[in-house]
Amino acid sequence: MTDIEKIEADLTAAIAAAGDDAALEDVRVQALGKKGQVNELLKGLGAMSPQERKSMGPALNGLKARLTDAIQSRRTELRGEALEARLATEKVDATLPVRPGPLQDGRIHPVSQVVDEVAAIFSDMGFSIAEGPDIENDENNFTALNIPAEHPARQMHDTFYFGEQEDGSRKLLRTHTSPVQIRTMKTQEPPIRIVVPGRTYRCDSDQTHTPMFHQIEGLVIDKESHMGHLRWILEEFCKAFFEVEEVKMRFRPSYFPFTEPSLEVDINCRRDGNEVRFGEGDDWLEILGCGMVHSNVLTNCGLDPEVYQGFAWGMGIDRIAMLKYGMPDLRAFFDADSRWINHYGFKPLDIPGLVGGLSS
Amino acid sequence: MKFTLSWLKDHLETEATLNEITDMLTMVGLEVEEVDDPAAKFAPFQVAYVESAEQHPDADRLRVCMVNTGDEIVQVVCGAPNARAGMKGVFAPSGSTIPGSGLVLTPAKIRGVESSGMLCSEREMGMSDEHDGIIELAGDAEVGTPFASLMGLDDPVIEIAITPNRPDCLGVYGIARDLAAAGLGTLRDVPPEQIKPAFQSDLKIELRFDADNADACPAFGGRRVRGLKNGSSPAWMQRRLRAIGLRPINALVDITNYVCYDRGRPLHVYDAAKVEGVLHARLGKEGDHYLALDGKEYDADGEMCVIADDNNILGFGGVMGGVASGCTEATTEVIIESALFDPIRTAMTGRRTGILSDARYRFERGVDPAFMVPGIELATKLVLELCGGEPAEIVIAGEAPVPEKIIEFPITEVKRLTGLDMPARESKVILGMLGFWVAGGGSEKSFRVAVPSWRPDIHGKADLVEEVVRISGVDRIKATPMPRLNDVAKPILTLAQRRRFNARRTLAARGMNEAVTWSFISPEQAKAFGGGSEDLVLANPISNELSNMRPGLLPGLIIAAQRNADRGYPEAAIFEVGPGYKGTGETEQYMAAAGIRRASAHMAGSGRHWSEASGNVDIFDAKADAIAALSAAGAPVDNLVVHDTAPSWYHPGRSGALQLGPKNVLACFGEIHPGTLEALDVAGPIVGFEVFLDNIPAPRARATRTRPALDASDLQPLKRDFAFIVEHGVAAGDLLRAARGADKNLITGVRLFDLFEGDRAARALGDGYKSLGLEVTLQPREKTLTDEEIEAVGAKIVAQVEKVTGGKLRG
Repeated sequence: MTDIEKIEADLTAAIAAAGDDAALEDVRVQALGKKGQVNELLKGLGAMSPQERKSMGPALNGLKARLTDAIQSRRTELRGEALEARLATEKVDATLPVRPGPLQDGRIHPVSQVVDEVAAIFSDMGFSIAEGPDIENDENNFTALNIPAEHPARQMHDTFYFGEQEDGSRKLLRTHTSPVQIRTMKTQEPPIRIVVPGRTYRCDSDQTHTPMFHQIEGLVIDKESHMGHLRWILEEFCKAFFEVEEVKMRFRPSYFPFTEPSLEVDINCRRDGNEVRFGEGDDWLEILGCGMVHSNVLTNCGLDPEVYQGFAWGMGIDRIAMLKYGMPDLRAFFDADSRWINHYGFKPLDIPGLVGGLSS
Repeated sequence: MKFTLSWLKDHLETEATLNEITDMLTMVGLEVEEVDDPAAKFAPFQVAYVESAEQHPDADRLRVCMVNTGDEIVQVVCGAPNARAGMKGVFAPSGSTIPGSGLVLTPAKIRGVESSGMLCSEREMGMSDEHDGIIELAGDAEVGTPFASLMGLDDPVIEIAITPNRPDCLGVYGIARDLAAAGLGTLRDVPPEQIKPAFQSDLKIELRFDADNADACPAFGGRRVRGLKNGSSPAWMQRRLRAIGLRPINALVDITNYVCYDRGRPLHVYDAAKVEGVLHARLGKEGDHYLALDGKEYDADGEMCVIADDNNILGFGGVMGGVASGCTEATTEVIIESALFDPIRTAMTGRRTGILSDARYRFERGVDPAFMVPGIELATKLVLELCGGEPAEIVIAGEAPVPEKIIEFPITEVKRLTGLDMPARESKVILGMLGFWVAGGGSEKSFRVAVPSWRPDIHGKADLVEEVVRISGVDRIKATPMPRLNDVAKPILTLAQRRRFNARRTLAARGMNEAVTWSFISPEQAKAFGGGSEDLVLANPISNELSNMRPGLLPGLIIAAQRNADRGYPEAAIFEVGPGYKGTGETEQYMAAAGIRRASAHMAGSGRHWSEASGNVDIFDAKADAIAALSAAGAPVDNLVVHDTAPSWYHPGRSGALQLGPKNVLACFGEIHPGTLEALDVAGPIVGFEVFLDNIPAPRARATRTRPALDASDLQPLKRDFAFIVEHGVAAGDLLRAARGADKNLITGVRLFDLFEGDRAARALGDGYKSLGLEVTLQPREKTLTDEEIEAVGAKIVAQVEKVTGGKLRG
């Protein structure tokens, strides 16, 4: 074994034996430092014959390169080991629970969700959303809707009144969303296609009646819309809203002072506890009232009933929410019970649309 | 309106089944609410013969009977004292449900003896309270006969809802007419026979009204019948009256009730011996007072129509008669009254007195004026049949106003309103069947239609369309697609609607639960939140708790939070988007998004968690909610300034108002005032916010959707920190604004990263001082900033802050 070979063997062993960065650095200085063994040998080259130099030069440079590589790879190895050792001390308990976050906690009330669902459907049919105030006058809530003061139909509406005003009149809380029909027809040129969601009020309180509830009303006025169109709209709406392929609906003659002819509409279903399945079974559930807008109402709004015609319908938002989502008790809608809203409410990003579906 | 199937068949000749009839009723607009078919209830019970009745070996009072049911011999242990061999009774087999008790019979051993089924008492059959013994049937009752048909208990009772426009269907006859028109049979259209008077009476009837009030009672008919005997009405009449929920009283009273339901014609019968002088109708006057048939005393007022004799008032016309002139078993001579009363006045009298009667119900909806006299004839006929006696002539005061309404009915009208291509011929037939008189058609473009006297609801051609389609079947109207107005649906939400939608979803995304609370609250709650004004108080609230229109949304939410706490859920984070009311004017209703957080209900989550220190919510939770809602609703949140102008229901030191300019308050937020919570009996702390959506300025309309080009510099931004010592009262917002404004070109961000205040700060900085640490971001524009330039900006910031707040750079 030549000296060079011995030096290489010794240094290689020392590199392998270095246990940490500092020890490896010592070996490097010892081998490749200014006064290191390889340098000492290189210094000897000057004193050599050209012949010797020719063979020793490459040999020493090769040694230097090999040692440099060995040190580098040992260093990488040592760093890997050190990182592993450090990471081993950094273990946490990954089973510790995290907060679900506000998007999981927050809820949209079913009434808002259902209004958004209904808006998605009717927007596709070219309807816009009209609104009006909760506190109304007698004219818009009754008289213009063909319900004169002593009409027996006023007994169908248990109206909340405010105190008498100076002129003897009384404001009232609207008993239906229909005053918005009047407001719209008085201010807007036909063709009119609107839906009107909103709060409505009647003095009534039991399991299925609350003094405040929500209605949604539809109105179409133009020169040709008839009951066939009304039927189509309601059937298409019910299919889309209840998210079923087919619905069977039953139209029954009925009476509302503001429509003539008037109809009530039942939807065919099977009830099983709180669950209602549409398109099967042989129960009929009343879901809405509708009809052709009464000629007196058109006249009251300044529209000529010989020229314009159209229809209107109205239904309970809370009621269709209960039918679709199975809440048993209307009163709970207005109680703000966190358990109820957590259970029956909707996540903030469950936004109803016709592209992604009304409900997920 | 209730009636029985057999009653209907008095007027309608039909082979239709009960189901066909009820389905058709609903489809012509007479909605069936309930059908009670007692035949189904009584089906298991049959006539049975007791072949033997032996003493029970082990019980003195029981007998062991062998009962022949027609199908088999059954052993029954019976405790009735009258159970004996050779009798016929009603047998209930085991498995049947006893109508009187709801009990389901099962075979049993009674004191060791097998017993199957039972022999029933009247009480067990639900017929009466009689329970002293079992029912004994006549000897000729055939064994095995259904008990119900033997007793006439198998007549189904049908209850229908009559809409207010159909007074003609408040009598069974009118219902039969609709069904006949719909093709379900033939109407027995026999007018009541005219009864020849047997004597001339001295009956005098007068209408004593001035011209203005003559419509109160335009006509009044009466007839004396003498020599009669008033007893119980016959079983068939009693059965029908009971079936529809009326209590039989005596034959004369029962006849009036019967005709009322049979023909929708209210009548009254006076005991002629108790009427003194001239029977007349007039308006009430001071002192008018009577004891009505409902056992209550009433006073009349000057707007009510009363019936009176020379000395007393006998009743409210069209509403209810009086006890004093009523018929009893002792009555031998009567006056039958059939009159017309004004619907509006009748309704008003009914409302003022609170009297609900079958007569009022019909008069206020409108009775057939043409049937006033036939009503007397029909009643007379029944009186003569059931009570005997002899009739006098009919005396009539006034004249029944029978309107003659003719409607021009274009043949195309059905198609115009319904889309249904119905042959004109068919419309004509239907209207004819309903009693309308129809002329014309053929080559003409329209019919002339006369409205029958019993249809006060028919005014115009749309009413006739309804008649035609409801009778021919609404289901014939076919769904017709509506033409689309736009090929791609246009967005439909208005700005205000979109704001509400965005605010709602954003607040829910901040972990809050949406609530919908009442628009009305208690007076105390309203007053605590700036409301309670007189004009917003309901005149007829459902309760005091729900009597005042809410001035804002917070009280309802705060009360709801307390309800949740009372249920064991103290951490409420709830919001509502809805109306508040400043007055009854239509511009005084405003839209708000408001919310509250209670206890530890932070946005990140509520309750204790290992990852963070737990603590109650504070003003800044509410402020963050408010700003998030405002931003979602499109408010320019960077331009808003916080003022200390939050209203009185907020903690005065821990609240703020976000304003745009000196007057426009877009939102308030803060801790709810402890005094307010105490007034509502609510435990805090609760923080809340109110965002006034209508106050947010509308965005400018934009011609295109193009956004401005991105202004991203190639040069790196740099950050410098500053700490200022300021007096305690200096608002951080002012200081931040001052720093931001020091160089609008270079300074792109100022962030408050440190607030040092309290006791330690006082010791370090001097009493009454605090330190605020700012991180300022500088964005070089054209070239990298030199140290000198950076120094210069820093100096500007220090100078500006000092100028505005008096703050000094902390050394």
